[in-house]
Amino acid sequence: MKLVIINYGSGNLHSVHKAFEAVNNNLENPYDIIVTNTPSEILNADKLVLPGVGAFQDCKNAIHKIDGLFESLEEVVIGKKKAFMGICVGMQLLAEKSLEFGECEGFGWIPGEVIKIEAPADYKIPHMGWNEVTFRNHKLLNNISQNTDFYFVHSYYFRTQKNENCIATTKYPNLITAAVLKENIYGTQFHPEKSHNNGKQIITNFLEWEPS
Amino acid sequence: MLKKRIIPCLDVDRGRVVKGVNFVDLIDAGDPVEQAKIYNSEGADELCFLDITASSDDRETLFEVVKKTAENCFIPLTVGGGVRTIDDISRLLHHGADKVSINTAAVENIDLVAKAAKKYGSSTIVIAVDAKKNGDKSWNIFTHGGRKPTDIDALEYCIEVANLGAGEILLTSMDRDGTKIGFDNELLSTVSSSIDIPVIASGGVGNLEHFVEGVLKGGASALLAASIFHFGEYSIKDVKTYLAEQNIAVRI
Repeated sequence: MKLVIINYGSGNLHSVHKAFEAVNNNLENPYDIIVTNTPSEILNADKLVLPGVGAFQDCKNAIHKIDGLFESLEEVVIGKKKAFMGICVGMQLLAEKSLEFGECEGFGWIPGEVIKIEAPADYKIPHMGWNEVTFRNHKLLNNISQNTDFYFVHSYYFRTQKNENCIATTKYPNLITAAVLKENIYGTQFHPEKSHNNGKQIITNFLEWEPS
Repeated sequence: MLKKRIIPCLDVDRGRVVKGVNFVDLIDAGDPVEQAKIYNSEGADELCFLDITASSDDRETLFEVVKKTAENCFIPLTVGGGVRTIDDISRLLHHGADKVSINTAAVENIDLVAKAAKKYGSSTIVIAVDAKKNGDKSWNIFTHGGRKPTDIDALEYCIEVANLGAGEILLTSMDRDGTKIGFDNELLSTVSSSIDIPVIASGGVGNLEHFVEGVLKGGASALLAASIFHFGEYSIKDVKTYLAEQNIAVRI
């Protein structure tokens, strides 16, 4: 089984890769983890991970700059319905559009838009640090207790159009989407690769997940 | 609720941990990777490496330390010291740093802040500010590891870099650094109340109460300390337990 981590120059690629590797090494049947941006390798993936930090538009442009990258992603995720996980901006890109630095179109795989966090003046932006996550029961959140802290860094968040696509939230002080899910397409706003043991559990759950 | 972060900082010289008292009198305190692993297991919320290696020939050792740490510690890692160019930032990120802190180079070339934030995202760029009291509610910044004075006002500078896209300010009081008499909470609250981005308190922490004051009086989002942890006076857990007892939200 092949797990592909998409390399389009995202700053957190190394951290994501190392965290997935550490978790994968403990699995009974580990994946072949491949870090690549080559469409032919992506097309053979059984699972995909899309990291992302920085501005929405920059990430999107970086993906589209690589010939055939987006098309291969679409083929694997929408066509073949393979399990997909986006992290931080990699999750926000699933939205229809983002309002960060003007309007920018996303992949449109999950209905909703990425908007600025609205918080009272004494709340620092970016929302940076460890915050509690509340979630709906799902295999992807197995062995995680309600209100567990995860590491967040972001100024914008994904407001899903449908409640059913938002499976986890945090509070700052208003509700912010912490994880999204639509069929085989999953994403976390927080950084599992930086969330210590609970983050590793999130990665384990994704590696063990078989979307139905 | 968002937690107040406790960040142990390791000063690293040619791949070894040191901690200066008032930036001189360095004492060796061990292997950075081993130290980082201990902090990671003790519940540190982030880690910070400050590279004080003078010669650029010895820089490679830092990359190795960063790489090994990132392979073992799955919490955010900030690395600073000697970061001068976009290429320096890029190399640190690719070796596993999550954030890069910039000090002197940002003062000398303010455009670097905006460029770096645009390229890697604000959340990746920490601006480190060494400030020294200059009068009533007035502080000037120092560069070159606290050796070179400037006439730049610390508050104005912090506002400017925040506007340019810095994600966080690591604010060190030169007056307090190494003294163990507590953070300069006046400096912290002056800066923190004037900018939207988080401020990390640094310099002067000597006991558990100082951490509490940094939050309640200084308004800091995160608290950084070095020697208090290295020499085993207090553990990360001691600090967090104490903060929790004072009703300050921390990740336990």
